[in-house]
Amino acid sequence: MNFVALRMLTGDRAKYFGLVFAIAFCTFLLENQTSIFANIMRRTASQILDVTDAEVWVMDPQTEYWDQTKALEDTDLVRVRGVRGVQWAVRLFKGNPVARTLDGNFDVSYLIGIDDATLAGAPRHMVLGSWERLREPDSVVVDQAGYLLLFPGKPLALGGTLEMNDHRVSIVGISDALPLFASLPIMHTRYSEAVNFLGRERTQLSFIIARPDPGLTPQELTARIHEATGLRARTTEEFMWDCIKYYIQHTGIPVNFGITIGVAIIVGAVVAGQTFYLFTIDNLKQFGALKAIGVTNWRLVGMILLQAFTAGALGFALGTGLAATFFEIMLRQLATRHTVLMWQSVALTAGCILFVVSVASLLSIRRVLVLEPAAVFRA
Amino acid sequence: MRTEDQLGVSCRGVRKQFGSGDARVEALRGVDFETRVGELSFLVGPSGCGKTTLISIIAGLLDRTDGELLVLGTRLDDLSPRDRILFRRRNLGFIFQQFNLLPALTAAENVAVPLIAAGMNRRRATDQSKALLAELGLADRVDFLPATLSGGQQQRVAIARALIHEPRVVVCDEPTAALDHRSGEAVMQLLAAHAVQPGRTVIVVTHDSRVFHYAHSIAHMDDGRIVNVTRPNDTSSTTTDHPSELQEHYA
Repeated sequence: MNFVALRMLTGDRAKYFGLVFAIAFCTFLLENQTSIFANIMRRTASQILDVTDAEVWVMDPQTEYWDQTKALEDTDLVRVRGVRGVQWAVRLFKGNPVARTLDGNFDVSYLIGIDDATLAGAPRHMVLGSWERLREPDSVVVDQAGYLLLFPGKPLALGGTLEMNDHRVSIVGISDALPLFASLPIMHTRYSEAVNFLGRERTQLSFIIARPDPGLTPQELTARIHEATGLRARTTEEFMWDCIKYYIQHTGIPVNFGITIGVAIIVGAVVAGQTFYLFTIDNLKQFGALKAIGVTNWRLVGMILLQAFTAGALGFALGTGLAATFFEIMLRQLATRHTVLMWQSVALTAGCILFVVSVASLLSIRRVLVLEPAAVFRA
Repeated sequence: MRTEDQLGVSCRGVRKQFGSGDARVEALRGVDFETRVGELSFLVGPSGCGKTTLISIIAGLLDRTDGELLVLGTRLDDLSPRDRILFRRRNLGFIFQQFNLLPALTAAENVAVPLIAAGMNRRRATDQSKALLAELGLADRVDFLPATLSGGQQQRVAIARALIHEPRVVVCDEPTAALDHRSGEAVMQLLAAHAVQPGRTVIVVTHDSRVFHYAHSIAHMDDGRIVNVTRPNDTSSTTTDHPSELQEHYA
C-alpha cells in the first residue's frame, strides 16, 4: 500500500508542494539562524583559536574573556614557567591601538604581541608574505580583511606603511586570521614592538600562553598552574567557551536569535502541521473507503507516517540545500568569510522537523483511527 | 425451508441506537431481513428509514445494539476486530454512491487496491484489474485518472473494484443515484450480469424505482423496520406488490 500512500500524497500538486515548501522554509530558517548565531559566537573567540601553538592560557583571575583583560605582572611568566609539567610558556600582549595609513585612513585595531624569541602565537595561515619576517624591526602582519579596511580599493601588497603611536611600521605579511566579532583589523607583531606601538603602561602582560610537557594533558597543566600561582589557567577550548558564554550572558544576541528561531519553529510547525493535517482531513473519505475495503488501522498508520516523513524528508533536503547555498555565498564575501553551515545546526533542525512531522502525523493518525468506516456510506 | 448455506445475510431483530438520554435516536427497531445467495436483493425506503445503517451493520462497519446477524453463516460478533477486518476484506465488496475512488490512482490501480491490501504483488494485481476492466468495457480507460472519466465510467470502475477479489457479499449504496438514467441503467445491467453469481449475494440500497425490475427481492424499510418484502419475478410469491406499483409508490 506504500505506492497508494505516496500517490495520495503527490496527487494534489498544490497541497503537496505547499507542504514540502512549508517544511523547506522552516528548515532553511532554522539552519540559517542557528548557524549564523553559532558563527557569530565563535567569532568572539577567533584570536584564541588562531593561536595554534599553545594549548593553555594563563591570565589574571579577574579576566573573564578575551576582550576584558587585567594585565599580569612580568614575574608571573617566571612563576608559570616554574610549574612542573610546563614545556614552555611565553608572553602574549593584546591591545587596541589606532592604526593610520599615509592616506589618512585610520581604524582601531587589534594588536597581538607575540614572543620575540620564538614567535609563538604568530598567525600560521598567510595570504601574502611570511610571519617569520616579524623578526624585522617595526614590522607587522595585518589580516586580509583589515588590510582592505585600511587600504580600500588597493590590491594586497607587502611594504605598505602604517603609523601607530608615532611609530612608522611596515607591513611584512598579510594573514588569513579568523574574523572577529567586531570588524577591526588584526595585527600581529613582536611583544617588544607591541608595547611601544600602544604606549607604555606599568604592566603590559595580557596573557601567558603555554604548552604542557608530552604526556601531560592541558587540563592537568591548567590545574597545576592555578594551584602553584593562583592565576587563572584555561585550556584553549575552555577559554573559547568562556568568551562565548560571556557574550551569551551579557548581550542581547541570543535573545534576538532565540526569538527568530522560536518563530521559525512555531511558524514551521503550524504551517507544515496544519497543511498536513488538512491534507489528511481532505482525504478522510478515501481513508474511510480503504478502511471499509479491509485495510487495517496499522496499515493506515503506516501510510500516514510514510506520507508525513516523505514530505518531511523532501522539505528538509530542500531547505538544507537552500541553507547550504546561502552559506556558500556568504563564505565568498569578505565580511562574512569563515561563516559556515554547522553540522550541529543541521542535526538540531532535523530534530525539530522530526518533531513537527511527528506531531502532525499523530494528529492526522488520530483522526483516521477514530473515523468510522461506515462514514463512507454518507454521501 | 431454506438452509443456512442458501442465505447470504440473515438479520433477526436487529436494533441500533445512536446517542443516549434525550439525544437517543433509534435508527433500527428490530429488523428481520435476509438475502439469498445468487440473488440481487434491493433494500428500498424513504430517506432516514435506516437503510444505510442496516447495510453498515451487515458489512461489519457498524456495531448493532441488539439482535442477531449472520453473514455467510458467520456471527460477526464472534470475531475479533482484526478477524472482522480480514473477513470483510475477503468476503465483502463495496460500491458507493459517490464512487470513492482514489483520485491519484488510475482506474486499473483503483481496482487493484483490494488485491494489494490483501498482499498481492502490485503488478499482478494491476494485470488482473485491467482484465476485469476490459470485461466491463473499459479496456481503453485503464490508465485514466478518475477525474477524466464520466460518472458512469467511474461507477463501472467502482464495480470492478468491488468484484476484483471475488467477494461473496457485495453491498451497493445507491449505485445509480449520482448517474443519469441511461448510465444508471447501464450500471445495473453490469451489476446484474457480473455481480450476480451463484454463491454470491448482492444487496443494493436504492431510491431509484426505475431499476426495480432487476431485483430478485425487494425489502421495503420504513421507520427503522422492514415493512414488506416482495419478490417481483416470483409467481409463487404471496405478496401482491408489482414492480409497476412500486415504481409509482417510490416515484
